[in-house]
Amino acid sequence: MSVLILAEHDGHHLKQATYRAVTAAQHWQLPVHVLVTGHNITAIAQQAAAIQGVTQVMQADAVALAHPLAEDVADVIVRLSGQYQVIVAAHTAFGKNVLPRVAALRDVAMLSDVVEIKGSKTYVRPIYAGSIYATVESTDTLQVLTVRASSFALAVNGGAASPIVMVDTAAGTSRVRWISEVHNVSERPALASARVVVSGGRSLGSAEKFQAVLAPLAEKLGAALGATRAAVDAGFAPNDIQVGQTGTVVAPELYIAVGISGAVQHTAGMKDSKVIVAINHDADAPIFQVSDYYLVADLFEAVPALTKAI
Amino acid sequence: MKILVAVKRVVDYNVKVRLKPDGSDVDIAGAKMGINPFDENAIEEALRLKERGHATEIVAVTLGTAACQDVLRHALAMGVDRAILVETDVLLQPLGIAKLLKVVVAREQPDLIILGKQAIDDDAGQTGQMLAALLGVGQGTFISAVAVVAPGILPLATLVHPCTAHEGEIHVTREVDGGTETLALRLPAVVTADLRLNEPRYVKLPNLMMAKKKPIQTYHAAEFGIDAPIDFGARLKQLNVANPPARKPGIKLDSVQDLVDKLRGEAKVIR
Ligand SMILES: Cc1cc2nc3c(=O)[nH]c(=O)nc-3n(C[C@H](O)[C@H](O)[C@H](O)COP(=O)(O)OP(=O)(O)OC[C@H]3O[C@@H](n4cnc5c(N)ncnc54)[C@H](O)[C@@H]3O)c2cc1C
Ligand SMILES: Nc1ncnc2c1ncn2[C@@H]1O[C@H](COP(=O)(O)O)[C@@H](O)[C@H]1O
Repeated sequence: MSVLILAEHDGHHLKQATYRAVTAAQHWQLPVHVLVTGHNITAIAQQAAAIQGVTQVMQADAVALAHPLAEDVADVIVRLSGQYQVIVAAHTAFGKNVLPRVAALRDVAMLSDVVEIKGSKTYVRPIYAGSIYATVESTDTLQVLTVRASSFALAVNGGAASPIVMVDTAAGTSRVRWISEVHNVSERPALASARVVVSGGRSLGSAEKFQAVLAPLAEKLGAALGATRAAVDAGFAPNDIQVGQTGTVVAPELYIAVGISGAVQHTAGMKDSKVIVAINHDADAPIFQVSDYYLVADLFEAVPALTKAI
Repeated sequence: MKILVAVKRVVDYNVKVRLKPDGSDVDIAGAKMGINPFDENAIEEALRLKERGHATEIVAVTLGTAACQDVLRHALAMGVDRAILVETDVLLQPLGIAKLLKVVVAREQPDLIILGKQAIDDDAGQTGQMLAALLGVGQGTFISAVAVVAPGILPLATLVHPCTAHEGEIHVTREVDGGTETLALRLPAVVTADLRLNEPRYVKLPNLMMAKKKPIQTYHAAEFGIDAPIDFGARLKQLNVANPPARKPGIKLDSVQDLVDKLRGEAKVIR
């Protein structure tokens, strides 16, 4: 038996989250296979084959998978699943969409957002917006789980390239048609994998001020911008930079929270950062409880001063 | 079009949940309970589809103990037409819930099934996808917009990329990593609501009073599998619960310069 990892890529590169899932998969001490789905993806399969700890790559290459739908990707995995003891994906929009389907089709339970693998069927995962960690044991033979990428180290490239095997794909579902996608383009590093994140809350006041105050600091630090749900709802920041329970979970080297109160739904997405800095003018702001360093200050003065001092 | 909305009773999102002293489980006795926030978005969207003339009937369903009636009252007060309780004292998890919901779907024959994208207690985010798989239908998860369109007609501008629909389809826009994606789903289909889908309406007190008088259709989960028993019991065993690793208490700094010095010297995260 082996472990199968569902890889994620942007058409050119494997995502960092996949490299982290490879590290998680080492836990079982079984051969690790990586499934790459898409169309014309030989170069990506080769990237997967080069990762240390990957023993085989399964390449599902078909026109119908050019914009992979959960229905079709799950179908590919279910066909292969007989030879696997564990099926893993990163807990991203892609992994979350596909793996519950696989679990249901195989009649097994699934574990979402695993932060630690304790035994071959025992896991730690956050519940109640990360305010509690539950240790859970699965009673199924086949394990299906998504892992929180930021909780596992990046696997490295190395060794000889592992073999690439082509796998069969079906015709594609007739129940769903892919129509279009919109990628928010930004010159900044991707939020999920940035080394530094500068996040702002509702207190920034407007989309203009959000940019005017935070962008120069982010620029200087080579940081990604993040936001609270309140800032996103108010239209100050785009949806895809929301950090938290319902947004992206990040764990950068440095997280700077600007004018953010520190609701659990927000801290759920950033409290594993290595160093957390908070700037808030309320001396009792809950965000200070998860910060390493904090300033009780008006953000409109402190942030420009910080930008200048760095 | 008939819509089925699945709603879950959860601890209110403002409650700080505690652990039982023996660490076996969370202690939610006496905690304020309410409808899962995402499920309110699901109901709201169903109501809007009805108000726009696309839906004819909206049925809300919940699975759980008799206490779960209160979230159905909430759904009725928001404006759903009927409410179903599938009663059981058995501990429920997403796979079992999806199996029971499949039976409800078989009885009610909805065209569209709307769930929340995740329950804020277990934070699983699985049930909608599992139900779609068991039903063999398409899924639109984490959606921030829905449009129903007559064939050949451009849908609402709320969709990121409007395009003409085919017979018996709806269009949904999904939140994906780094952007959005628009899909056409053939009905019946399952969709799961993101918070961004809409702003749920407030429940007015008179409506809540009126909802108290409306009937709730009750089934017992055990009755669902008379011909072939349904295995809806829990497959995951919770061994214990704990507080997440605590962070060291933070240091309050007096000036921006102090902060920069700390980040350079002590933390070494900037140069
Ligand atoms: C189901 C659910 C899911 C959710 N998911 C998320 C999620 O994923 N991510 C998320 O972030 N939220 C989420 N939320 C919302 C969350 O509960 C909070 O409402 C939100 O995080 C608050 O955002 P905020 O800190 O920007 O705003 P507020 O709570 O309003 O805080 C603003 C802060 O700014 C400070 N401030 C104001 N002016 C200044 C100034 N001039 N200088 C310095 N400080 C100033 C104030 O003291 C205050 O602390 C969710 C909520 C629910 C119900
Ligand atoms: N006990 C339940 N009764 C009805 N619907 C439920 C129940 N549990 C979960 N759901 C639905 O499934 C969604 C996702 O839940 P989960 O997969 O547990 O995160 C919720 O938002 C509800 O719409």
